[in-house]
Amino acid sequence: MTVTYDSVGKGTELPPRTYRVTRLDLVKYAGASGDFNIIHWNERVARSVGLPNVIAHGMYTMAQAGRFVTEWAGGDPGAVADFGVRFSAMVPVPDDDAGAAVEFSGKVLEKLEGNRVTVDIVARADGTKVLTRARATVRLP
Amino acid sequence: MPLNPEYVGRVYGPGEPYEVSRVKIADFADAIGEASELCRNREAALKAGYPDVIAPPTFAVIIDQRSTAAVVTDPGLGLDYSMVVHGEQGFSYVRPLHAGDVVVATTTVESIKSVGALSMMVTSTSIDTVDGEHVCTARSNLVERGPES
Repeated sequence: MTVTYDSVGKGTELPPRTYRVTRLDLVKYAGASGDFNIIHWNERVARSVGLPNVIAHGMYTMAQAGRFVTEWAGGDPGAVADFGVRFSAMVPVPDDDAGAAVEFSGKVLEKLEGNRVTVDIVARADGTKVLTRARATVRLP
Repeated sequence: MPLNPEYVGRVYGPGEPYEVSRVKIADFADAIGEASELCRNREAALKAGYPDVIAPPTFAVIIDQRSTAAVVTDPGLGLDYSMVVHGEQGFSYVRPLHAGDVVVATTTVESIKSVGALSMMVTSTSIDTVDGEHVCTARSNLVERGPES
């Protein structure tokens, strides 16, 4: 089912998705992004500075939110013009194979000119909102 | 320690040019689970109307954070980076970054606020090609937790 500009309206919901994040994902993200902050890979240090566990990079979660929107919008990562989030809570990532689950949902907030829409995104981990004021303007086919 | 409010309006850069490469884009796409062929296959990207493989929308954070490093490590600002959490992030694109782009970044300190033990700094980074084409503006809000919070 391909979403098109004409097929959506204000309030159209994006099919929810759950993405898992494991320690391996954080190590790969650290390498790819160059963000080697120790709280994202060393549990001993993370706990010593008062964190519940190793926590995911906020930018990793934002990247997942971007993927959530562009997969819905036809699969073109270049279709995003504006994209902003507020990081409202941490995503602790346990040292096991399952990792943490982040649930994404969203809806169309506004239809704009040029086949673009603004999407409001919600991301939750363990019931807590980890992104707020998360909005992307994306061009639809 | 509150951040030095005199730093509002300061401009850092443009720094050394950053060359966007196919390998780096593919590595980044792999790391975030972005499956699109447009990030990996040049033919697919050309067919979609792009000059080369394109970067996912959060890729620009690599360039943004390299540029804002000059600000956060400036001793006169008084930021304790070990106490910093990422508050907000945003990107406004004129077009996607693609392999072969050679860009420079210029970071401006937009605002500094202190509320109780928290300090907040908003920066704006303009990412432009070395030929002067504006590609993206990245906005970042860093929050420094106070020692007692």
